[in-house]
Amino acid sequence: MNERRDIKSQDRREVQEQAGQQSYLRPAVDIYENSGGITVEADLPGVSRERLSIEVDGNNLTIDGEIGVEMPDGMEALHAEIGSRRFRRSFTLSNELQADKISAELKDGVVLLKLPKREELKPRKIEVTMG
Amino acid sequence: MFGNLTAYDNDLFDPFDLMRREFGQLFEDRSGPRGIRSVMAGSYPAINVGAAPEQVDVYVFAAGLNPKSMEISLQQNLLTVSGERELEPHGDAHYYRKERRGGAFRRVITLPEDVDPDRVTANYRDGVLRITVARREAVQPKRIEVK
Repeated sequence: MNERRDIKSQDRREVQEQAGQQSYLRPAVDIYENSGGITVEADLPGVSRERLSIEVDGNNLTIDGEIGVEMPDGMEALHAEIGSRRFRRSFTLSNELQADKISAELKDGVVLLKLPKREELKPRKIEVTMG
Repeated sequence: MFGNLTAYDNDLFDPFDLMRREFGQLFEDRSGPRGIRSVMAGSYPAINVGAAPEQVDVYVFAAGLNPKSMEISLQQNLLTVSGERELEPHGDAHYYRKERRGGAFRRVITLPEDVDPDRVTANYRDGVLRITVARREAVQPKRIEVK
C-alpha cells in the first residue's frame, strides 16, 4: 500500500516538494528495462546542457536542472502552470547497474539516461535438459 | 476538440486520485470560475504567459516536440498553439513508469487585447517554445514631463 501511494504521488508533474525555501518541479519520466539495462527518459523543458546536473551519490541517482529562460525586465505573470525554475527527481539504483557507466544525452529538453547492467549479470538463457 | 493529452488522470478508482480531485475541485471552486479553455493541471504542455509593457511572452514547455509539427496562429488576441509529440515505442522493453505523454495537443490562449497580431516571433529552444507578441504603443506607459 505504501509503495502504491508513493507511485501515485509521483505521477504529478507539478507536485512541488518543499525543501527549505526552494520548491522543485517533478519532471515526468519514462523508465524501461531491456536485457542491456535500464533507460530513463525525463522531460526537463527549458533546461540547457550547462544547467543540467546528473549525479550519482552512492546508490542515489539525482537529476537536477534549472530552467534558463530569460525574460524581459518588468515581466509579470498573467498565467503560470510552471511555478518554479528548478526540476529535481531522485531514484535509488540497484547493485547490478554500473553507476560509473551511466551515459546521458539531452535534446530539446528531454534527457535520455542509459544505465547499463554489469556484463556478468545480463540475463542468460538457461537450457533445460530432459532426462 | 482538445488532443488526447488533455485527459491526464485515468485511474478512476484509485482512492488517492479521487481525494486529490476532490481537493482540486474544492480549491477550484473557491478561486472562482475557470477560463472556458483552461485544461486540467498536468496536461502536456504546460504554458506560462508573462506580460511586460512592450510585449507579451507565451512560454510553451514542450520538451521533445518535433518543430515541424508546431502550428501557431493568432487571431486578434486569441493565440492557438498546436503540435504533436511522437514518442518512440520500445517494444521489447518492460516499462516501470510511463508518465510522458505522446500525441497531438492544441491549446487556445486569450492574450491581452492590446497585442499586435502583425508583430509575432516564435522560437523553439531547449524544449521551450517562446512566442513573443508586441503590444500596441498606446498602452505603454508614457512619461509625463513636468515643466
